[in-house]
Amino acid sequence: MSSDELPKDLSSDELINLYKKMLLIREFEQRITKDVGRIKSPLVHTYTGEEAIAVGACAAINEDDYITSTHRGHGHFIAKGGNINSLMAEIYGKEGGICKGRGGSMHVADFSKYMLGANGIVGAGPPLALGVALASKMRNEDKVVLTFFGDGAANQGMLHESMNLAAIWKLPIIFVLENNMYGWSTPVHYATPIKDLSLRAQGYGMKGLTIDVNDVIEVYKTIKEAVDFARNGGGPTLIECKTYRWGGQMTMDADKYRSTEEKEEWKKKCPIEAYKIKLIKSELIDKAFIQKIEEDTLEQIELSVKITKKSPKPDTNTVLDDIYKNPMNLGGN
Amino acid sequence: MGEETKTMRGLEAIRLAIEEEMERDESVFLIGEDIGRFGGAFFVTEGLLEKFGPERIRETPISENAILGCAVGAAMVGMRPIAEIMFADFLTVCMEMIVNQAAKASYMYGGQISVPVTIRVPFGTGIMGAAQHSQSFESWFMHVPGLKVVLPSDARDFKGLMKTAIRDDDPVIFFENKRAYYLTGDVPLDKDFTIPFGQARKFTEGDDVTIVATGAMVQESIIAATKLKEDNIQCEVIDPRTLVPMDKKTILNSVEKTGKLIVVDEGCKTCSVSAEIAAIVAEEGFQFLKNRIIRLNTPDVPIPYSPNLEKAIIPNAKLIQGNVKKLI
Repeated sequence: MSSDELPKDLSSDELINLYKKMLLIREFEQRITKDVGRIKSPLVHTYTGEEAIAVGACAAINEDDYITSTHRGHGHFIAKGGNINSLMAEIYGKEGGICKGRGGSMHVADFSKYMLGANGIVGAGPPLALGVALASKMRNEDKVVLTFFGDGAANQGMLHESMNLAAIWKLPIIFVLENNMYGWSTPVHYATPIKDLSLRAQGYGMKGLTIDVNDVIEVYKTIKEAVDFARNGGGPTLIECKTYRWGGQMTMDADKYRSTEEKEEWKKKCPIEAYKIKLIKSELIDKAFIQKIEEDTLEQIELSVKITKKSPKPDTNTVLDDIYKNPMNLGGN
Repeated sequence: MGEETKTMRGLEAIRLAIEEEMERDESVFLIGEDIGRFGGAFFVTEGLLEKFGPERIRETPISENAILGCAVGAAMVGMRPIAEIMFADFLTVCMEMIVNQAAKASYMYGGQISVPVTIRVPFGTGIMGAAQHSQSFESWFMHVPGLKVVLPSDARDFKGLMKTAIRDDDPVIFFENKRAYYLTGDVPLDKDFTIPFGQARKFTEGDDVTIVATGAMVQESIIAATKLKEDNIQCEVIDPRTLVPMDKKTILNSVEKTGKLIVVDEGCKTCSVSAEIAAIVAEEGFQFLKNRIIRLNTPDVPIPYSPNLEKAIIPNAKLIQGNVKKLI
């Protein structure tokens, strides 16, 4: 059920920022989808339709709290405050990319923003989150970790090992399950025997919640509660956010396995549109302001494309850089 | 001036290295199964729980991916974890965190971070471990750019290389030979005694045959070389000590001198450490060779349980001796 009430702990600017961020992600991904021919990689996964989760969740943590991401990571990157110019350049494989063109779409990371990386391996984020949370706990840093993963990862063994360990050590982790209904072409109702995946939490003695509306405020409120609980030493929570992937699995996917009716039905539940209406109703913004936000967003994206085009291709002489941090000692005797 | 040393077993040398580094650096911690109360499957970490407490000697459930996830994730944000995987054979259930995460993070994230994790793995035969508790997987990890692969063969090197591994900023997989655990040796007590990676160790000098060996095969090669001396055959026994980086120079210089090469390792033959070393010499030192290269390995067979079967397939001093004579 969608809550009509806007949270009182967020200022007007912060509430408007949720909208701006979701729109930025949406337009960014639209642009990527449009430019797919130029980007060339068939392995670019867009976040269109799922914006409410990354934005709502990241609004509930501090700037120096951590997140781990998935192969569908552009949204998390933007929501955590990453720069879209270096994101765009990375997806294009340019030197100016956040990973200097070494990682690409599936490995975008900004450690200066505590965004610990998109990850090409389904289910690999949560085990890494354990270590991040443990380090934070050992150093008394009072930080939390949001670990995003999908319904596909929900059936990976690594995730279950991670939930168990996080629970016995009461690690400050929020397991954010983005259930977009499909693991590539495999529907979640085929892949799992239960309706709400948050039920899994019970087996690990932790709280599990399902948000079945694609609503940024609901995500924010639920995650915030779990974050406070984790920060106070209560341990992890599993939060399932039901959503829908508007596009195919990735840029190469013709997406013939889902019906047009199903897709249209979900598009009616667009989280950005719904939130816009809510903001207008609450008189935080008006139509003119919305137009201004839309124009600014498109301008930002246009600029990122321009910057990306100007950014050089990575120098092939540097292809062996950064494999190791410490130089390989080959002294001989 | 002689260095101050103490005679101890390999496993105690590893423990000493860990203990010293934990005292030196608060970011070093241990994680693994049964490493606390029990002291580790091979007692390497015995007594450390009492000394450092459960926060830094972290016992886990049997969840190898979670163990390595913890270690790698913590290393990504600046800790220096040491993870123990109880038997090398169990690496198969947690390859993901090593191969796709630890080894790749520095490069694929454009050098934003490094992953200073040390992964300790007991390996090899000799304890009637049979097919799933005896394997030598070290060559697999040589095939993964981004990892450093260390394989010491005696107590002194265990200490010096473990300290370097912990201090190194890159992911290190540290193979601990089970037979070498129980081998005693003189170990320097200097707290800053470290051995750099990429430096092979020459155990004997000789002009006739170069024997490159790893792990338990080093001792077998030394025994063989000693016996061969009686026949006036002088062998140079070299232990690379680190497989990545590999000290090619020491090996090639020796082959230049002897013209003959035997490579011995405990892994099964196909795509083994010996295969790589033979290839390096064939490619970069072909002009030095006066005879064919001989590789001595365990054949491509699962490790059998019965001791007489196991003994029959693992290379030993006698086999090495006979093969040296074939080359002369």
